[in-house]
Amino acid sequence: MATHVRAEAPPARPAWRSRLYRFDLKASPYAFIAPFFICFAAFGLFPLIWTGWLSLHYVDLLKPDVMEWRGFGNYTRLWSNDQFWTALRNTFTIGVISTVPQLLMALGLAHLLNYRMRGRGFFRVAILAPYATSIAAATLVFVQLFNPDYGFINWMLNAVGIHPNWYSETWPSQIAISTIVTWRWTGYNALIYLAAMQAVPKDLYEAASLDGANRWQQFTRITIPSIRPTIMFTIIVSTIGATQLFGEPMLFGGGVGVSGGSAHQFQTLSLYLYELGWPSRQLGRASAVAWTMLLLLLLIGLVQYLITRYRKRHELGG
Amino acid sequence: MRTTSRPRRAALAATAVLAASTLMLTACSSSSDDKGGSTDAGGKVTLNIGDFGTFGYVEAGLYDEYMAAHPNITIKYDTVQDGQKYWDALTTHLSSGSGLADIQAVEVGYIAQATNTLGDKFVDLGKTEGINPGNWLDWKSKQATTPSGSLIGLGTDIGPMAICYRTDLFQQAGLPTDRESVGKLWAGDWSKFVEAGKTYQSKAPNGTFFTDSASGLFNAVLSAQPEQYSDASGKLVYKTSAGVKTAWDLAVSASQAKISAGLRQFQDPWNAAFANAKFATVVCPSWMTGIISKYSGDSGKGKWDVAAPPVASNWGGAFLTVPKAGKHTKEAAALVAWLTAPEQQAKVFTKVGNLPSTVGGLQQPAVQGAKQEYFNNAPTGQIFAAAAQSIKPAPIGEQDGNVKTIITDNGILDIEEHGTDPAKAWENVSKLIDDKTSN
Repeated sequence: MATHVRAEAPPARPAWRSRLYRFDLKASPYAFIAPFFICFAAFGLFPLIWTGWLSLHYVDLLKPDVMEWRGFGNYTRLWSNDQFWTALRNTFTIGVISTVPQLLMALGLAHLLNYRMRGRGFFRVAILAPYATSIAAATLVFVQLFNPDYGFINWMLNAVGIHPNWYSETWPSQIAISTIVTWRWTGYNALIYLAAMQAVPKDLYEAASLDGANRWQQFTRITIPSIRPTIMFTIIVSTIGATQLFGEPMLFGGGVGVSGGSAHQFQTLSLYLYELGWPSRQLGRASAVAWTMLLLLLLIGLVQYLITRYRKRHELGG
Repeated sequence: MRTTSRPRRAALAATAVLAASTLMLTACSSSSDDKGGSTDAGGKVTLNIGDFGTFGYVEAGLYDEYMAAHPNITIKYDTVQDGQKYWDALTTHLSSGSGLADIQAVEVGYIAQATNTLGDKFVDLGKTEGINPGNWLDWKSKQATTPSGSLIGLGTDIGPMAICYRTDLFQQAGLPTDRESVGKLWAGDWSKFVEAGKTYQSKAPNGTFFTDSASGLFNAVLSAQPEQYSDASGKLVYKTSAGVKTAWDLAVSASQAKISAGLRQFQDPWNAAFANAKFATVVCPSWMTGIISKYSGDSGKGKWDVAAPPVASNWGGAFLTVPKAGKHTKEAAALVAWLTAPEQQAKVFTKVGNLPSTVGGLQQPAVQGAKQEYFNNAPTGQIFAAAAQSIKPAPIGEQDGNVKTIITDNGILDIEEHGTDPAKAWENVSKLIDDKTSN
């Protein structure tokens, strides 16, 4: 009762209260998000800038306080370094052969899980299980499966008469690593697609089936266009993941993991960064690799953005 | 209702933000807490020990024994399984001076980095009361001595090498099987080992090889050489080093004669090959016997034996150090001295097989009389202790670990796996090493 009365008598309020009110309205959102941004500045932005600064110096891992100015020397050295280009090529090929099948399979899985069927809840949880498994545990199992002499996969391939060495040969080793990545992330992406698919209005499908569209046509004409933003999102996230690929090849390679095999046949950029920074103790050059990776990601992001914008315009215009 | 409660909500929000950021700040800062020991009012001291792999102190009950004898001391330990990860973390802690335990173990492969670049971060144990550097094998103490002469680590164990071989495969290939005759096959010269391999391979049981890997052979040959990767001043001389050339040539000849299974040691296919009896010999330091019995399993029991190596040399071993950043360096040094004393080293040997690095420890009856049932009752204590006495030390440099990895993993393994031309492989290796070791 009392509140009602006070609410009806605003002129009685002092001016500073309304100022405070306005200040509160404007400032509290910032205060609410401040913790994240304070932590981001300390643990995200500062390391980023500091790494950039380090990349312009020669720095010994054991004596990080002694820095020798190198300018862009660390970057030009990368440019003329065979191992860097090998690592870049490997990162790209492993990225493609892991991301593409992974996203296609996720899309198919999500589509199937979107149907009404028995045990739907179980399957939805089950496909997320690989994602919940630790990289180390999963990789250990795959290392056993891919053992060239005694592994399950070569035992099966023996039937068709091929006997690839999954460690030492370039393509087999990259395919083996991509398999681990694909196994681990397909379910996760499928779940994201599934969530997006469930937001697609059911009447679209009803209308389409009235018009005589079959399941496949419904999938390509309704589902895919409707969840395009989600697909874009997963492509970007997977690209970032592929560029930073580290744990799988490191553990898959075991003792030669850091150098990515005896001929660097599966060394990714992150592994190259680690090899330079830790065993070789050259923190400056490792930082230069880190920044190069960041720039590459920004470049890829830009290309993806331009493609989406082009397609959007194209479609709206046409 | 909404309007009146506004100021209170603002106050609440501000409090929440404050609380959240305090929480986060404390969360962030808790990780930088000093791990060094602390003293209670009653003079009680807590000592933290950081090590990796299996040092055997827990297994042999040494911590409990020490705490029982010194009621004012509490020992806490933290063991990391992976030696490389342990060292990576330790170097970061040492250069920042925080997060260190009172006692830190250092593997021999990294000891040169510790004595050269990080030498001033450790307590000079040579000046500590009750520690006599002469108790250890001469070369062991020398490895942990900085250029300015301070002893920063006390030796725990060493890894003198012998040759472990499968008697069943040797017999099938028409080679002798008793350990004396086998030792005589190659006594004195590693090239005789390769020759024996060729004899084996000519009559080898189907699908088996004489030895596991050419890289293992390279390491074994090189570690017996007086000149290895670096010269006495610590400068890298691997390109002109006679030792590296000898070892490289021998490893390449072994690979080309196809007497090596071409496996990378400590890798999964290598582990599996033990169970499948794919190779007849492994160069084995004392600690390798545990790995062999683990992976060969019951099927290999009694089929393995141990023979003297062509030339004695060392592979592996570790040190205990006391970082200066610790709060109780005096108590820590006393514990380190006790743990590395001959009696305790012998106890560790009986429990986990790490061979003592002290002269007195090697002479303990528990070591001298040790026999291993798995290895056909071979007198392993005697064989390894004998090898330990004739090890000749070579200078080690800071970059040795890195150079060794590149030569074995990107050179010899590349030849074995991809059939790369040895001349091209060497060129490749020197390019990689030059790139990694030049600023």
